[in-house]
Amino acid sequence: MDDIIKRNPIRSLIVAILIAIFLWLVFAPWPPDLVAKWGRKQIFLNALLGGITLGALYFLVAAGFTLIFGLMRVVNLAHGSLFLLGGYLGYEISSATGSWFIAFPVVFVVVGLLGLLMQRFIFSKMEGEELRQTLVSIGISIVLADLMLWFWGGQSYSILAPAFLQGPMELPIINSINANTGATNWLRYPAVRIWILIAAIVIGVAMWLVLNRTALGMLIRAGVDDREMLAASGVRIQLVFLVVFGFGAGVAGMAGIVGGTFQSLSPGEDTRFLLASLVVVIVGGMGSIVGAAIGALVIGVTEQMGFVYAPTYSVVFTFLIMAAVLAFRPQGLLEARR
Amino acid sequence: MRKTLLAAVAAAALMLPGAAWAQGGTIKIGILVALEGAFAAGGQDGVRNVELALKEVNNTIAGKKVEIVVAPTDTKPDTTVRMARKLVEQDKVDFIIGPLSGSEGIAMRDFAKTIPDKVVINGISGALETTWVDPAPNFYRFNLDGSQWGYGLGTYAVKTKGWKRVATIAADYSFGYTNFMGFAVDFCKAGGDIVQRFWQPLGQADFGAIIAQLPDNVDAIYLGLGGTDAINFLNQYQQAGEKTRLIGGTIMADQTVLTARGRAKDALKGTPTSGPFAADNTDPAWTSYVKRYQEAFPANQRFPTPSLFGLGYYVATQAAIKALEAAGGDVSGNQAKFKDALNKLQLDSPVGKITINENRQATGTVFINEVVDGPDGNLTSKMVGRADNVTQTLGMTPEQFRALGLPSRNVVDCAKLRAGG
Repeated sequence: MDDIIKRNPIRSLIVAILIAIFLWLVFAPWPPDLVAKWGRKQIFLNALLGGITLGALYFLVAAGFTLIFGLMRVVNLAHGSLFLLGGYLGYEISSATGSWFIAFPVVFVVVGLLGLLMQRFIFSKMEGEELRQTLVSIGISIVLADLMLWFWGGQSYSILAPAFLQGPMELPIINSINANTGATNWLRYPAVRIWILIAAIVIGVAMWLVLNRTALGMLIRAGVDDREMLAASGVRIQLVFLVVFGFGAGVAGMAGIVGGTFQSLSPGEDTRFLLASLVVVIVGGMGSIVGAAIGALVIGVTEQMGFVYAPTYSVVFTFLIMAAVLAFRPQGLLEARR
Repeated sequence: MRKTLLAAVAAAALMLPGAAWAQGGTIKIGILVALEGAFAAGGQDGVRNVELALKEVNNTIAGKKVEIVVAPTDTKPDTTVRMARKLVEQDKVDFIIGPLSGSEGIAMRDFAKTIPDKVVINGISGALETTWVDPAPNFYRFNLDGSQWGYGLGTYAVKTKGWKRVATIAADYSFGYTNFMGFAVDFCKAGGDIVQRFWQPLGQADFGAIIAQLPDNVDAIYLGLGGTDAINFLNQYQQAGEKTRLIGGTIMADQTVLTARGRAKDALKGTPTSGPFAADNTDPAWTSYVKRYQEAFPANQRFPTPSLFGLGYYVATQAAIKALEAAGGDVSGNQAKFKDALNKLQLDSPVGKITINENRQATGTVFINEVVDGPDGNLTSKMVGRADNVTQTLGMTPEQFRALGLPSRNVVDCAKLRAGG
């Protein structure tokens, strides 16, 4: 850290100032001039938090996608279908048992199992033929989408969060100070989104720890770097592939429950989230967990800020970012080690 | 020799009208309807209702047998025009009933100008421009348009509910603008004030930031969203702990939203909306129509009650039957008799009396509904009022209406309307 600051004193200063301004915007009450120009502070904070929590959802979907790509070079275009399937199953389980939490492990296992089967019986048959695997995954996504349409129909489903997560909670961030009474208004924000953000951070950190601190993680990282050498050194790489595919699919399924809770589930959500995770991994860097986290955060916040401050052009911002990344840093913001 | 020649000519002369009679013994109707894409289920209901209306007259109009040719579209305007051309050129239909959605309607208005000898009767497409901007002389619309559907709701909100200050959130596309315009004209004239307007892109899934921007000091919030967007909004609206009263646009509280699974839609309870029909209307014309519909098709092959789309196609077919009967089934030449009969038609439809104006656009009734708990745990709508004789120009003169401008984000100027201008 000290080294970086010594080498780039001016750049470090600019970054420090930007961080200070950002922290001030978040924590300090806004003066009236700023409110007049930018609208109430509440709006800015909501857009920011909305972006971060949306980023958490994107991260959950994209994490499995990027791992599978990094290790197996399979662009699994059926990933969005696994997301939607997980959401529908989560709806069925949580409305049958009345418990939102029980849906998560069940969906993780069921959708993870489906992922295992897909890898074992389909993708492993065409090992090394990336284009064929990709085309087959498109086929699977279409079949799954039609099966889901047949079974669950075209209506929207929304999953009910448990009672203690319903409604808003107060965050220790000042929203505004009442000019007359001097009383402080704390920011109120939907509780379920805060908890989902925390859960996503926990899952992300756990994934990072597994990848960087365990023997299995070492195998996966070695596989990402050079899977032929790994196979040649006697590791049963097909097993590693199975574990990663199953895990990636399971996490996508759980993300479906999250998506169904704070948005809704309907036909077409599968491609929307597939597109989102593609953009996220392109921006973040294919095959990197930290990259997926950063990419998801950037895309989520951009989307929300765009909707608030420039609604007409908001749809293009995420794709502009993607185009810029592809033009100037085609390997993504954080590239997986090669 | 001369005699035989004469006889032959006489025989030929006798046969000619006979030949013409045989050819004109049937009337061929082309049904242009969306059977793919988002409105597929509604399109199927449209076809069912055409069949129902024809069955009621035994598939015979003025002694002629009726045949229908269904041309499926996917709601894309270019497909619609291609299918319409096929109906006219290959299937040689006498006239067309359709299409279903707004942009298709505008495309068909332009296509109708290229076939001036054939009548086109709109299915249920609701874009204002179709019969307002440069209308085609042979395009008839017996359903109300999107802005008419919003009329009457504003007066109800101001006069009955006492809600005078609203903020609005509506979908950022043609139907969103048009439906909002109908509400706003009426609402502002009744003395209401629109404090702030938000326009959301279609397919918007995350409304958190917009919900935070909603002003606190309003009586209600107008929502012009539909389908999944509506569900997402309601879900996040509840999660944010907001409880302001809501006013719904025409597609905010339709069957797709009210039958959605989960609790999101509960936020709609008590929300007034407006549209071209009320499911629980007690008018005998409506109840007997619903009964005929339910009896004509088994329960698993139809909706519980006719949908908006079905109703539109039913009324269009009914108009065609009544006008053709008045014209003696004459669809020859440039169909002048048929057109004349359509122009003069006073249609007693399931949703009340419908007449058409000089732009061949319907004048009719708008129903005000309120969302309530249904008997089966689902939500349903209850009729609370109606606005009769809603014209294309929303009760203004064409000049006044034209001065408002075409539907867009900034139409209409509320303060000006409130002041009486």
